[in-house]
Amino acid sequence: MSVFEYAPAPESRSIVNIAPSYGLFVDGEFVDGTGEPFKTVNPATEEVLTEVSAASEADVDRAVRAARRAFEKTWGPMRPADRGKYLFRIARLLQERAREFAVLESLDNGKPIRESRDVDVPLAAAHFFYHAGWADKLEHAGLGPAPKPLGVAGQVIPWNFPLLMLAWKVAPALATGNTVVLKPAETTPLTALLFAEVCRQADLPAGVVNIVTGAGDTGRAVVEHDDVDKVAFTGSTEVGRSIARAVAGTRKKLTLELGGKAANIVFDDAPIDQAVEGIVQGIFFNQGHVCCAGSRLLVQESVHDEVIASLQRRIGTLRVGDPLDKNTDIGAINSAEQLARIRELSDIGEAEGAQRWQPACALPERGYWFPPTIFTDVSPAHRIARDEVFGPVLSVLTFRTPDEAVAKANNSTYGLSAGIWSEKGSRILKIADQLRAGVVWANTFNKFDPTSPFGGYKQSGYGREGGRHGLAAYLKGADQ
Amino acid sequence: MIGNDRLAVRKTYKLYVGGAFPRSESGRTYAVTDAKGHFLANASRASRKDARDAVVAARGAFPKWSGATAYNRGQVLYRVAEVMEGRHVQFCEEVAAGEGLSSGKARAAVDAAIDRWVWYAGWTDKLASVLGGANPVAGPYFDFSLPEPTGVVAVLAPQQSSLLGLVSVLAPVLATGCTAVVVTSQERPLPAVTLGEVLATSDVPGGVVNLLTGDAEELGPWLAEHADVDAIDLTGAPAGRAMEFEREAAGTIKRVVRPPVTEPDWTADPGLSRMTPFLETKTVWHPMGV
Amino acid sequence: MTHVLDPDALPGATPAVHAPLPPYDDVTRSDAAFRAFLHGLPGVDQVGAEARAAQLGTRSIKTTSKAWAIDTAISMVDLTTLEGADTPGKVRSLAAKAKQPDPGDPSCPRVAAVCVYGDLAGVARKALEGTGIHVAAVATAFPSGRASRAVKLADVRDAVENGADEIDMVIDRGAFLRGRYLDVYEEIVAVKEACGDAHLKVILETGELKTLDNVRRASWIAMLAGGDFIKTSTGKVNPAATLPVGLVMLEAVRDFRIATGRQVGFKPAGGIKTTKDAVKHLVMINETAGPDWLDPDWFRFGASSLLNDLLLQRQKLRTGHYSGPDYVTVD
Repeated sequence: MSVFEYAPAPESRSIVNIAPSYGLFVDGEFVDGTGEPFKTVNPATEEVLTEVSAASEADVDRAVRAARRAFEKTWGPMRPADRGKYLFRIARLLQERAREFAVLESLDNGKPIRESRDVDVPLAAAHFFYHAGWADKLEHAGLGPAPKPLGVAGQVIPWNFPLLMLAWKVAPALATGNTVVLKPAETTPLTALLFAEVCRQADLPAGVVNIVTGAGDTGRAVVEHDDVDKVAFTGSTEVGRSIARAVAGTRKKLTLELGGKAANIVFDDAPIDQAVEGIVQGIFFNQGHVCCAGSRLLVQESVHDEVIASLQRRIGTLRVGDPLDKNTDIGAINSAEQLARIRELSDIGEAEGAQRWQPACALPERGYWFPPTIFTDVSPAHRIARDEVFGPVLSVLTFRTPDEAVAKANNSTYGLSAGIWSEKGSRILKIADQLRAGVVWANTFNKFDPTSPFGGYKQSGYGREGGRHGLAAYLKGADQ
Repeated sequence: MIGNDRLAVRKTYKLYVGGAFPRSESGRTYAVTDAKGHFLANASRASRKDARDAVVAARGAFPKWSGATAYNRGQVLYRVAEVMEGRHVQFCEEVAAGEGLSSGKARAAVDAAIDRWVWYAGWTDKLASVLGGANPVAGPYFDFSLPEPTGVVAVLAPQQSSLLGLVSVLAPVLATGCTAVVVTSQERPLPAVTLGEVLATSDVPGGVVNLLTGDAEELGPWLAEHADVDAIDLTGAPAGRAMEFEREAAGTIKRVVRPPVTEPDWTADPGLSRMTPFLETKTVWHPMGV
Repeated sequence: MTHVLDPDALPGATPAVHAPLPPYDDVTRSDAAFRAFLHGLPGVDQVGAEARAAQLGTRSIKTTSKAWAIDTAISMVDLTTLEGADTPGKVRSLAAKAKQPDPGDPSCPRVAAVCVYGDLAGVARKALEGTGIHVAAVATAFPSGRASRAVKLADVRDAVENGADEIDMVIDRGAFLRGRYLDVYEEIVAVKEACGDAHLKVILETGELKTLDNVRRASWIAMLAGGDFIKTSTGKVNPAATLPVGLVMLEAVRDFRIATGRQVGFKPAGGIKTTKDAVKHLVMINETAGPDWLDPDWFRFGASSLLNDLLLQRQKLRTGHYSGPDYVTVD
């Protein structure tokens, strides 16, 4: 190890005040759920953080009715400019309470404080700011002359970016005049509940935002509720399929943001040092718990050895450990279940003949941990080249020509994102055109912005979130 | 036949798949009658294997069609309108017979159908400007979004409006750059058959449009479940079956256009509503530096 | 007519005076070959490099690591005065501070070198006799480098004769920006020869090279030509030692050692004024080139006001309360 050791630099936990138990947030009030309560743990220590109410079908029904009332009585009839001002308020409050949100997110999710502080929370606030401005300008969005909200939106979000995914869902729904019943993920409910507090602090009218915590059954109750007009889901393709089945034949408008297995293509004329950073950012950001993670590295054979050597050297500098330490690069895996899946797929990768490489790095004894891992000699037939691992595991494949790169990149049932690294402009544009993916990062990776539409091709889902395009998902008869 | 005792040559029409006119591999045909029940012709009754072949043809045609310039696609679509004009009388007779319309109404439907091609021909090179654009991200990146065709679209064409309805669901698919596998109106397939002949003699590359005459109830599930179909338009799904087809389509996360509650007024301005379901938005980021 | 892409490669062309280390021993055989080599180095994406440098800048260095970093940084300072108004008295005063940066605390490390104009190198040498502190002199018509080669070489020899054991030269940016890479290279080779035993630091003046691609190419020219250190700036041009520039230069010394086995040092100079800036650089070395460079033999800060801020921070860590400018010495 280095002569330059970094002493621990933990962010203080004292800013967050976690209650011993939490209820649901329905009609502007925190209420107990009637389902079986569940515990949420800190994945870095396995410490139980608190107990959370689970919403039963009846609770979800109450939440949907509250949302309907708010849609009809307050939020729907409200002047659009005022709706916008509420969103601005929320955005400001998120900024003001940014540290609190960041620490809570890292505690509940296991992600490094550097990311929750520098990415999740600022972007969540940015989403509210961006959409706040749309609220009274929808007729200029190119989505028809008098766009109308759908009504009640039922939203189910994943555990990888709990607050940010909430923002991606709630901000456009409210800006377009809908009301919301949102179910956060079972393992990461706490920032959504803190967000509920922010809604109260902003004096948001009761029922406009309702948070129902719980597991799959609660999510199903939200999706299947007859009085929900719109379903938005981010999560696995498997659950996405069942949701699409559930809403079939109904009036519900559906958007799905599902899994991915993004190719990150490195050509021999790439800016190698930045490409290596991009590879690292692509797969190890948020422990690889990212649907658009660059989990398949496609590297041109002529630079394979050089890139892998640089990559290994760089991975050797990644710091794995306490999510609250400001110098941590890779935090904890979100749950025991997810850790088991990552281990299983990695073991399969090895069994199928790929070469596993992991840096020497000491992992904490308690908690859920998996070191940054790369597999070389991966063939497109290997499961680690096809299945979404959703962890810090990179599969390295090679190619010889641009055509081969495109063919391998597109050889997936997913189509969420892709990366291209090359210094040649015309090649980038051509390859970007040929890739069947909703987001293409050229000479960068894993960048997000509220103005920039995000969403997938093929089995990565449909509909877009963010930008002008994202509004369409929440407006009646919107053409796009 | 009026005033003429010549014995008519009865026609058995074929499918239009991959630019060719095959019979159904099943060998099945069915009789097509006019609105009053008089025999008009025999049509092929497409089977699931014909649907499979049509999807292969549509997938094969997709790269070139989607890769053509928008200007070129517009020219090709306009050419379809031109060729249809040459068959105006035939279309009018077929629409009048099949739909039981007066000749005036049939003519209006045919005119509208031809005009619809023209309308969509003009859309091809506007879509990207209207639906795409630059996104002002908060960082040193150039970020733009563009609409792209989703791929192979299965279309269950309207059962009632045999030509205008058909063109209204088919032309937008082509305008976006997608390729199509169409199950035509079962009882009124003849305008679709003639349209196939028009397409074959126009500039639309083989495989871009594949027309299957037959039973949407039989073919629908195969297309809804087909893993190489990207989207399905259920407009002409048989009553009561759309929900089931939509469920089947969920297995591969297909883009689904749900059927209208009642047969729509096909003369109305469709806006973008029939193109956007078959378009994906691709967003590209690139840093800006020296 | 025959197109000759590389006329100097024809038989009979004069070989370069000095061949770089293998595997690069043939890249300077001609202007065209050298240009092809330098332009074949991987490009640098500015936005990506800046983002990486900024990310490294967010490392939080506390308590014991901070104390180590401050002492290490002090020991790496080339305490510098490069003014037209410099006098022997000013240089002696600087030398005194170099020997004993914090008069109140004998545990405070000495700096690495004192950096002056060549005519005052003798004064510095005398003042630092027996301390082990190096005498660095700027030369080659510093800072512009606009003089004939003969004058530049004379400047170097004069500084070495006056007692400088480290020479900070400037490259010919005009030649570089014209694409006359071999001229730049040959001049560095000549200066290195004129240095004799003195260590050569090659100043790229990155603020005039403008692009990070140029920084990478100039770094390679300097390393191939035998420079012992590559240095960002004269301190007379803004911007000077920015973190992205440092990142690219550290990548260059790292890659050069991997390829040739020879380690080249790195010296950011100009604009590094605070302890925070210095610590960011140490973090960047640690995570880019690696800990082998965390040593005054391989890393220097070209700075003047930085030292006092390091001393103030050092006092704060030692005493637990904030210090003030009256508690450190003026230069």
